Amino acid sequence: MTTTVPESQPRSAHQHGVRRIVLPVAVVLTVLFCLAPILWQLLTSFKTDAAIAEIPNVYFPRPDQLTLDQYQKLFERRPFFNYIFNSFLVSLASTVLALGIGAPAAYALARLKLQGERIMLAAVLIVTLFPPILLFLGLLDIVRYFNLGNNYLSLIIPYTAINLPLTILVMRSFFQQLPKDLEDAARVDGYSTPRMLLDIVLPMTIPALATTGILTFISAWNEFIFALTFITREDLKTVPVAGAQLGGASPFEIPFGPIAAATVLGTIPLVLLVLFFQRRIVQGLTSGAVKG
Amino acid sequence: MDKKLELVDLRKQFNAKVVPVKNVSLSVGSGEFLTLLGPSGCGKSTILRLIAGLEQPTSGQVLINGKDVSRLSPGDRNIAMVFQSYALYPHMTVRENIASGLKLRKTPSGEIQTRIQDVTDFLGLHDLMDRKPGQLSGGQRQRVAVARTLVRRPDVFLLDEPLSNLDALLREHVRAELKQLFGTQNTPVVYVTHDQTEAMTLSTRVAVLNNGYLQQLDAPERIYMEPANRFVAGFIGSPQMNFLQVPCESRRAIVGNHPIPLPRGANMPTEITLGIRPEHVHLAQSDHEPALDGQVFLIENLGMHNLVSVRIQGQGEPITVRAIVGIEHRLAIDSTVRLAFPPESIHWFDVSTGDRIQTASDSTSVVSPSVTPTSVTS
Amino acid sequence: MVDYVRAQERRTGWFLTIPALLVLALVFAYPILRAFWQSFFTINLGNQLTPAFNGLGNYIRMAQDGRFWNTLWNTTIFTVATVSLELVLGMGIALVLNQSFKGRGIVRTIAILPWALPTALIALAWTWIFNDQYGVVNDLLLRLGLISTGINWLGDPTLAMISVIIADVWKTTPFISILLLAGLQSIPGDLYEAQAIDGASPWQSFRQVTLPLLLPQIVIALLFRLAQAFGIFDLISVMTGGGPGGGTETVSLYIYSTVMRYLDFGYGAALVVVTFLLLVLVVAIATFFLNRSRKRASGAV
Ligand SMILES: Nc1ncnc2c1ncn2[C@@H]1O[C@H](COP(=O)(O)OP(=O)(O)O)[C@@H](O)[C@H]1O
Ligand SMILES: [Mg+2]
Repeated sequence: MTTTVPESQPRSAHQHGVRRIVLPVAVVLTVLFCLAPILWQLLTSFKTDAAIAEIPNVYFPRPDQLTLDQYQKLFERRPFFNYIFNSFLVSLASTVLALGIGAPAAYALARLKLQGERIMLAAVLIVTLFPPILLFLGLLDIVRYFNLGNNYLSLIIPYTAINLPLTILVMRSFFQQLPKDLEDAARVDGYSTPRMLLDIVLPMTIPALATTGILTFISAWNEFIFALTFITREDLKTVPVAGAQLGGASPFEIPFGPIAAATVLGTIPLVLLVLFFQRRIVQGLTSGAVKG
Repeated sequence: MDKKLELVDLRKQFNAKVVPVKNVSLSVGSGEFLTLLGPSGCGKSTILRLIAGLEQPTSGQVLINGKDVSRLSPGDRNIAMVFQSYALYPHMTVRENIASGLKLRKTPSGEIQTRIQDVTDFLGLHDLMDRKPGQLSGGQRQRVAVARTLVRRPDVFLLDEPLSNLDALLREHVRAELKQLFGTQNTPVVYVTHDQTEAMTLSTRVAVLNNGYLQQLDAPERIYMEPANRFVAGFIGSPQMNFLQVPCESRRAIVGNHPIPLPRGANMPTEITLGIRPEHVHLAQSDHEPALDGQVFLIENLGMHNLVSVRIQGQGEPITVRAIVGIEHRLAIDSTVRLAFPPESIHWFDVSTGDRIQTASDSTSVVSPSVTPTSVTS
Repeated sequence: MVDYVRAQERRTGWFLTIPALLVLALVFAYPILRAFWQSFFTINLGNQLTPAFNGLGNYIRMAQDGRFWNTLWNTTIFTVATVSLELVLGMGIALVLNQSFKGRGIVRTIAILPWALPTALIALAWTWIFNDQYGVVNDLLLRLGLISTGINWLGDPTLAMISVIIADVWKTTPFISILLLAGLQSIPGDLYEAQAIDGASPWQSFRQVTLPLLLPQIVIALLFRLAQAFGIFDLISVMTGGGPGGGTETVSLYIYSTVMRYLDFGYGAALVVVTFLLLVLVVAIATFFLNRSRKRASGAV
């Protein structure tokens, strides 16, 4: 191939040189862009009050400027473990529900020929684009009617619902890739439909369920507006709302240290998820958005 | 007990345009190995799925051992099937895969054990029993899929292109093995393939399908020797049969300089289709043989033989005839040859319907069991 | 003959889909329909929250409501600015992540991190970064000598808008990068080789190969982001609360205060309806371009 264009040799060498300089710079910039705000918050959470308030800012604190006080103060002010527990419970429950309701629907939409299938699919796609602010007013009605205020269910049900469209889209694209022969083989073997779904289809679905579950867990953990509206009791609040309400007694003494500590604690579970499941997250997001 | 599968006037229509199975009737008895052969998309898999109960016929019946099973679900039909992709359950071990159908039928566990033992002995699967399908080679998976059907001792075996996912060498080996294996089962076997070699080597009978219609149902030799119509003649045999459309005069077909007498079955056509396989065309030895002069324009080496393509100038368009010629003849491109057509190897077909016209050498029995539609002249 | 195979399939299908349909109807359809209904009533503290039919009164009020038009303007600015910045930046990051280099896996992990973190907490981090006294932005600008005294970023309407836009760009660019990266990876490498043999420069092959083939992904990312940006709530609510002086108040924030602070349910419902219709319009336009780009992309290859 090198013989076809005589000048390709010097040019590609030149391009190579440019690439060798530009690429590392671009990579470093990307990493800085994505990490710097988080790292700054992390650093703040370990600084003493004096170090936090020092001008110019302290980027490389001395050992005596480091402390765990901010975390201690956070726990003195607020029941932060409660918040984490609440977030965890609500996210997990709504994830399980979304998968339990969404995966069967996705299977039906992928495999069985239903009338109105296209309409349902279109509805699911459109609903993906609804911002929660459009829903909270009507949901407030429902929450009042069933007296669900300050009840985990007031979060679990909406979270399940807002995660359903994504679940259906991701799982449907998974089922479409699953060879249909396996289900036919199961029928010939004598499996009834429910047993086939439980004993044959479900076990093969577990990786896809995990992928989808990670996405729904993240989105439930991060939800703000419903948690802000439907939960007012301090010990039932979730992490994002509780964190956002960490203000001081007056606007002039904002507790930056404990806020930084709260940010760090509230994001750790998600950072761990991303660290362990980067591949699955990417795969799920792309199959949900692109194939849909 | 004798087992038997019958299809009566079976038809499947998916929608107004797609009718992959059109009024197919056939029956397969114990110890018979019937192959459904046809080009891809001709409805072979659909027939198999109708037999299995994975699809419901639009009309017609499926009878197993004389009983109409058309309304039974697949699990209640006592059939077993090997899929093209093998369809082994990926999360189960080989043993569990093989046992699954028996467990669902509440077979006593002692019975399951002995049957699995028999099958693993028979197929030599001992070392694989605790592996998952993902840890097996293609050939091993295929054997497990076969084991899963054998262990069931069903009333009918169904196989949908079970060799097409194997590489060529392995395929030949497994083909021979399948033949022995199902030969011992004394159970009707319906085998689907688009590969004529598989059909010819494995089957006791072959059903050639095209366009949803059954074209011919016969023993492999007869399919080759006495193809029921032009489609079957062209589909079976490789390289493909030569077809020449020639004029007729007073019960003779005019082929080159020598008229060939028409067969008894023909009634005064003005034109007729002459078919002859390349392996039956040879170089004329004398001037008395009916023969055609032509010019060689392509030589393909097949090892012992050459496949020679010859262009023959007639009254109208030049026609091409291909012949298999021993390499000792040392033909060269552009050389002129005289091709002879031994009369006993010539097949005659009606120009408009494509149906075979009986010749003196044809066996006396009825050739085609089915209606041959007029639309087969493709 | 009745096709019992299909009939059973259909029964199973409905059995499997109905729970999902019910939940979707409850949480999506009901609130929207309810808002349509309520928007024709006056339901506020003035009438002790007893609905009184008001015809198009709420919509007429909206047309004359300067605060509404201001929030719509803010929402538009925010949406256009964030989505276009994210698209450019996301494309850049996707191109970087698509190169092969040592440690690419780790960099990819880092690059999706911002997307995964809770917006409300991230908003706290950015509030701290833009703090007028101790904020790291002012500190860096001072050190570089670009300013002589700290800027009150969140205290000025324009600067506050810029701040929330920056924070949102940081938070959601990864989403676009992920989608575009998946698109880049699906472009066959030999297309670039063919371009290189033809002597095309990298910029030329980007214009002639990458962009056209990536168009479907770009439009999809655009679609998602447009809808999300249009409904932005948590980030702005935490960073500025819509202030200062309504300078960053978006439609979502206005709806929220109308309902939760002023308890004006009828008017809030009308705001929801209009926002919904605007969103549908935006999505419809974007979908139109999506279909066109898909057609063009499939026609090109
Ligand atoms: N479930 C179905 N719905 C509609 N058309 C189908 C269905 N299954 C098969 N077909 C069509 O029926 C025809 C025959 O298919 P098939 O029996 O699989 O052919 P083959 O002979 O290759 O096995 C094809 O044109 C196929 O597209
Ligand atoms: Mg087939």
